[in-house]
Amino acid sequence: MAAGGPVSADGAGPGLPAGIRTSKEDELRVVRQPLPRHDQAEKVAGSTRYAGDLAFAAMLHARLVRSPVPSARITARDAGEALAVPGVVGVLFGEDVPHNVIWVDVPGQTVEVAALKASMEVLATDRVRFHGEPVALVIAETEDALAEACDLVAVDYEELPAVFDPDQALSGGAPAVHPQGNLLGEWDIDLGEVDAAFAAADVVVEGSYQTQCVDHAYLEPEAGVGWLDDEGVLNLRVATQVVEHYRDVARILGIPEARVRVIAPYVGGGFGGKEDMTVEPYLGLAVWRTRRPVRMQWTRQESLLARPKRHPMRLRYRTAATREGKLLGQQVDITADSGAYAYLSALVLLYSAVHACGPYQVSNVRLRARCAYTNNPPTSAFRGFGGMQVVFGYEAQMDLLARQLGLTPAEIRKRNAIARGDVLPVGQVIETEVLLAQTIDTVLGRAGAKPRASGPRKAVGRGIACNMQSYGRLVWLNDSAAAWVGFQLDGSLSVRCAVPDIGGGQASSLAQIAAEILCVPMDRITVHFGDSALNPLAGTTTATRQLLMSGNAVYEACVQLRDSVRAAVAAATGEPADSLRLEEGMVRGQTGGMRLADALLACRRGNVPIEALGTFFGPKGKPVVKNLRADRVFPDFTFGTHLCDLEVDLDTGQVKLLGYVAAHDVGRAINPRSVQGQITGAVAQGLGMALLEEVVVADGTNLTSGFFQYLIPTATDVPEIDAVVLESGEGMGPFGARGIGEPPIGPPAAAVASAIQDALGVRPASLPMTPERVLECLTRPGPGAGPSA
Amino acid sequence: MSAEARITLTVNGREISRTAGAHLTLLRWLRDVAGVTDPKYGCGEGICGSCTVLVDGQPVSACLVLAAQVDGATVTTAAGLLEADGSLGPLQQAFHEKHAAQCGFCTPGMLMAAAAALADGRRRSRQEIREELHGNLCRCTGYAPIVDAIEMAQELRWPQAGR
Repeated sequence: MAAGGPVSADGAGPGLPAGIRTSKEDELRVVRQPLPRHDQAEKVAGSTRYAGDLAFAAMLHARLVRSPVPSARITARDAGEALAVPGVVGVLFGEDVPHNVIWVDVPGQTVEVAALKASMEVLATDRVRFHGEPVALVIAETEDALAEACDLVAVDYEELPAVFDPDQALSGGAPAVHPQGNLLGEWDIDLGEVDAAFAAADVVVEGSYQTQCVDHAYLEPEAGVGWLDDEGVLNLRVATQVVEHYRDVARILGIPEARVRVIAPYVGGGFGGKEDMTVEPYLGLAVWRTRRPVRMQWTRQESLLARPKRHPMRLRYRTAATREGKLLGQQVDITADSGAYAYLSALVLLYSAVHACGPYQVSNVRLRARCAYTNNPPTSAFRGFGGMQVVFGYEAQMDLLARQLGLTPAEIRKRNAIARGDVLPVGQVIETEVLLAQTIDTVLGRAGAKPRASGPRKAVGRGIACNMQSYGRLVWLNDSAAAWVGFQLDGSLSVRCAVPDIGGGQASSLAQIAAEILCVPMDRITVHFGDSALNPLAGTTTATRQLLMSGNAVYEACVQLRDSVRAAVAAATGEPADSLRLEEGMVRGQTGGMRLADALLACRRGNVPIEALGTFFGPKGKPVVKNLRADRVFPDFTFGTHLCDLEVDLDTGQVKLLGYVAAHDVGRAINPRSVQGQITGAVAQGLGMALLEEVVVADGTNLTSGFFQYLIPTATDVPEIDAVVLESGEGMGPFGARGIGEPPIGPPAAAVASAIQDALGVRPASLPMTPERVLECLTRPGPGAGPSA
Repeated sequence: MSAEARITLTVNGREISRTAGAHLTLLRWLRDVAGVTDPKYGCGEGICGSCTVLVDGQPVSACLVLAAQVDGATVTTAAGLLEADGSLGPLQQAFHEKHAAQCGFCTPGMLMAAAAALADGRRRSRQEIREELHGNLCRCTGYAPIVDAIEMAQELRWPQAGR
């Protein structure tokens, strides 16, 4: 059947940087095939059991009582009336939590950066800092008793002064959200001779941009079921991107890490919102206290109210260039709203700083980035993680420059595009091929002619936006992933890897990698994923890292296993090992070979393992300090360009999307349909941010706590999206793949703004670009029309 | 405590009769009382469509009706679209082949909205398909693969329609 054979990719090809495992397209049999995913078969059958779908007999239910005010001292708490409700098993306050503190880092995987030494209480005891902060945990026999009891938990609040604007929070005299002050994190870049560069510039453009707070709004609200198993181990089967949170739960409960197991079933969407803990500590507490199975299911309202969101950012840019459009310098000032607690804000801001100048070569940079505590809902990880908000700023600057210089938006970008060997402002050298210019040409080529307006009071515009986004975690976090791959005696294959699968095909991609190397058909491979106790730990499904990390771990395990089997067959047949190739059901040699079943038997007779553990370690680097200067911050980056055609109604300000093209170099597409799915999904989510979505917080009160108020795009809001996959073959993942989970969410808002500017001559500078804001553009004098993309 | 009621529903061809709180929504009754978990809780206010089921052939947000209101009805969920031998039905096959499920959480509701739309046998354009789906949110796919799947299902099931 399948020919193929040893993958020609065990090391770097000629001229490629170390760590690149490129591949030749014509030698790949399974990788690059747009195969339907095995998880999708269960999902469409309705049989996938998500975190909230599991039930035990005599299971308890748990729910949080949350603060109704954004800033207050707690003066009294009384559970008496709640406990009197029939069926209520317990009401827990902070004092009932063995170690009532959540640290912001991921234990065992991170180093302490000064700005990150922050914590919050599991259940607030004497002070609340945002609307929705957990104060009490109620446990009951039924959902109905639970609902009744939660209303009866009496908490008295004495309201305290609060601050809701990050700039105000950082100015003198603002109420302190935390005793140590309101400045949570700060990063600077000082590169080259900025003042001289601006003095020598032919043109300087300036702009201020505001991005808004948005919510992940995955369809599956936070949920999980916990129980004690027969070994006394606390099991938490939860919707999470991070099974390693078992360590945090152990620390909170004061029990050994080996006594806690987190299982991540297929997750109903993550996007960063299930990266920090959600239900885990509360479920853990409830099970540990009651010794009974417990389910916690957050309502949509809770999910929108209380879980960390995307940082709103105020971006101020000054950009200097020559007459020819070559960038001379960038001055960037970023203020981000971290909300009431630290979570991952300092790292999000670091991503903003590193990505702030975009995929363009520039040698003089002055950047100041600060994030502030406020009494708004906390903000933390969200697809793009600080690297995406800045696209709205730097791409606006590129369009401004293009207009001033009479260049097309495409031309100014190409003249400044980063190439292999260039150095980012932070100091990292780009080591892999950059196809940025090709992605620009691709979207322009695919889009064809600009559409015509459908009427006299309509204006059509075309915009483009480029971006770069890192994949893989910060290099000083000692990132690693492990995977175990083993043949069964019938030649079928088991892959064990604790990667959480949040819908991107994380598990299925591992099967496709293993199928390629070991020549086992996809339907004879089982991937066991998302279990912190029974599978090798693979780290978080965040930071666009799983294909890079667990993909490489599976790759390494498969290569080891293949070589073991070849060695055993070589010993049994006398053929040289390097002449043996795996085929489906066979180990083929020059003079025949051996059936796989016999080869596996030969392995067992010869004491050769038919399984292998692969561990992949991410690229390493030194931790950064506040003034950023580093040889390496991230493993690598993914580049892309989006193009948007739209029509503006000049009377209503309504924007109608007419067409959308998105092109990214993904290095190598393990499953092209999964890659396109990531692109179209990210574009839709990005268009929601561009045009519709906003978490509205009025004096600390979240007014958008239902899908009635918080609008995400429907099928009629999203246009047809042409997702184009380019393959340089030079990513750091298996077969030369780059990560694609986060990168495509960067450009949409900037592409839409660019198209509106093309249509109206004026560019909206705040998100979302609602009809009101677009109409405002029409009454604002602008620089006038310039050349189209 | 609230009153109890005995409710009987035929769910995917199986008669289920249970006594439970009369105030329970159809969604809670299916999930927590009958153990039918393919309809999902996504918002509880009839916006997201993740709980869409067919009640006597009509699409309904199961979070918005009480089980008691539909006592005696025939309810079809995504699992009810499977063939008798347990293999995927044509609509499910199309969703599978076109990668129309990513995280899959909206999928059971999306399938039922699609099944309801396709029931009249009329061939729809891509734009018409999008309009049929406006009550079902998806956050992963950008919708195009779902539209692709429904187009494909039209071909599979009604190859002559509209020609």
